[in-house]
Amino acid sequence: MRRITTGIIGASAAVAAVAALAGCGGADSAAGGGDITLKLTDTMSETSAPIYDKIYDACASEQGITVESNHVAGSGLIKTVLQQASSRTLPDVLMLDNPDVQQIAASGALSPLSDYGITGEGFPQGVVDAGTYDGELYGIAPIVNSIGLFYDADKLQAAGIQPPTTWDELADAAARLTTDDTYGIAFSATNSFEGTWQFLPFLWSNGASEDDLTSPEAVEALEFVNRLVQDGSASASVVNWSQNDVNDQFIAGKAAMMINGPWNMPSLEAAEGLNFASVPLPVPSAGDELVAPLGGETFTVPQTGDAERMAAAGEFVTCVTQGENQLTMATGRGAVPSDSEVAQQAAEENPLVASFVETVQSARARTALLGESWPEAATQIYTAEQLALTGSASPADALAQATAD
Amino acid sequence: MTTTATLEGRDVAARGDGLGGDHHGDRARRRARAREKAAQWLFLAPAIVYVLVFFGYPVVKNLTMGFQEYTTRTFYTGEAPWVGFANYAEVFRSSIFGTTVVNTVLFTVGSIVGQFVLGLLLALYFRRRFPLSNVMRSLLLLPWLLPVIAGTSVWKWMLDQDSGVLNQVLRGLHLVSDPVPWLTSPDVALLGVVIVNVWLGIPFNSALLYSGLQDIPDELYEAGALDGATGWKAFWHITWPNLRGVVNVVLVLGVIYTLKVLDIILGLTGGGPANATQTLATDSYRRSFTEFSFGTGAAVSNVLIVVSLVFAVVYLRVNRRAVDE
Repeated sequence: MRRITTGIIGASAAVAAVAALAGCGGADSAAGGGDITLKLTDTMSETSAPIYDKIYDACASEQGITVESNHVAGSGLIKTVLQQASSRTLPDVLMLDNPDVQQIAASGALSPLSDYGITGEGFPQGVVDAGTYDGELYGIAPIVNSIGLFYDADKLQAAGIQPPTTWDELADAAARLTTDDTYGIAFSATNSFEGTWQFLPFLWSNGASEDDLTSPEAVEALEFVNRLVQDGSASASVVNWSQNDVNDQFIAGKAAMMINGPWNMPSLEAAEGLNFASVPLPVPSAGDELVAPLGGETFTVPQTGDAERMAAAGEFVTCVTQGENQLTMATGRGAVPSDSEVAQQAAEENPLVASFVETVQSARARTALLGESWPEAATQIYTAEQLALTGSASPADALAQATAD
Repeated sequence: MTTTATLEGRDVAARGDGLGGDHHGDRARRRARAREKAAQWLFLAPAIVYVLVFFGYPVVKNLTMGFQEYTTRTFYTGEAPWVGFANYAEVFRSSIFGTTVVNTVLFTVGSIVGQFVLGLLLALYFRRRFPLSNVMRSLLLLPWLLPVIAGTSVWKWMLDQDSGVLNQVLRGLHLVSDPVPWLTSPDVALLGVVIVNVWLGIPFNSALLYSGLQDIPDELYEAGALDGATGWKAFWHITWPNLRGVVNVVLVLGVIYTLKVLDIILGLTGGGPANATQTLATDSYRRSFTEFSFGTGAAVSNVLIVVSLVFAVVYLRVNRRAVDE
């Protein structure tokens, strides 16, 4: 028995010694400076990663540090983040999709960006809201996006139709553009947050809000979208189309117009013989303000417990999100620079993103009103839309049913 | 295990009646027995540790999670307040629970019946030898080799209402006048998902049933034929009774596999339209990983675990009977 105890003591002493050595080593190199290696996790795809890595490298060498970037799939990010949060192995710089920022910030895993002098000045209110939890800014998005109305310019011209600006014009255009093998409009009303995201411009622009989904304004918005499907201007399949599917339908010429985001621009430009353009989404009546949802990934600085590294991470995020880099990212990925002035510059350089620059200025963050409870409301919204569009319930009943639980 | 335990018990009882005896020999015998027992435990240890770590811990964790308010916050702070049966109350009271239970039953029964009948027919068909029969039998395993997500994406195209190949074929053959809304109508979507799951389950069923058929000696059929048992009669009186053991195993395993199917449904419909294909498994996933309500998600999956457990017990009993026979 005694022998075992000494063994344990010996082992722990050895561990302590190793830890002490490691600690010293760390302190030494930090004191020497220039030896900081930041770990970064983002959700860039194979095509976007090189654009970002270039910016990371430039910022790192300017700062005299090294940055190791790790690109993961967006769909699996939250699971990874939660695992890392519980094992205290979060990276120094973490990219989070903006509706997730509040969830993660609420857990205490992120540090306020004001610690590093990042205030979101010059960014539209929606962008600041999207990264804010409980009055503190935790995430900052260098580039943002939203959704708009893409249309096949040739088809509209042939039918003598101007791009619609109001709901009535949209319904009319969609009905007139519908032929035997082409629907007037395509959009995503799928059983997921993508469906919710695409319905929000109708909901919000009509003056309804996610905390009162049975209001007459909300019912009216759902009635409008529902009519597009019921009168055959949109396929009944919209309830099973993701935004990618919608884009495929549009490129294949099976829809004359579609609701989608600017990130599709590269694939649309690559499509042969497609003459497309985009306008902001139509509003209920002329003169109404368009309120679309704000999309985009934010950079955050997790609490890693190492003040020096966190400070370096804060400085790094400041560099990555500055105007010049915003422009590079936006051009490379089909998005809008967050900073309003840089966005104007981007609009002048590329008329195709101009409509989105306009939309983004008044776009609203999904978590701005409900914060952590947003996922619940988001589920209610897509559930109601599915109930209505499949004819399972009238729009008013659908909203009542979806919010009943 | 049980026999050694009782023997030892009897030994101890025998010693306990105060007859005394040779102390030294007693101690040596006891030491030898202790050593033997230690060796037994050493042999058992790896299996016990494995089961506890990889099956016991997750199940217990899931059970306790069902009684906790477990959110994204918990992962960082480690705080998960106990809420008693609040998660279960929320789950059982929600209008979606009834729908998911009915869908789970319909999905499981539909898939199992389809997979088993088609699997058995194919197995019987391939028992006859004909040119290329081996090649075709191995091609049958193809759905098994494809990544599920790839398979479901292709099926999603094939089942598309407007331009899917299935509707084009059906309309070309004048079997239907209007395109079938395979995945877009709440009335049909569950059938669409079942069809894909049947396709995916056929290889498992036919492979196991085929090997079961191989074990039935040809002499039985020869003897039966002399007595006039051919065709349908041969199947009913020779094949079926001899295949019973395999059939039981195939069915029970099939039920357990089907209950927990997640990827096929997520890939095809995501549980839609209007929750028409939402099962206990997809609802648990949705609660945990899109709404981050891990407590209620765990509650739903605990319900699923209990149901699977019932079938697992059935499987063990059926299996034991098969061995006894």
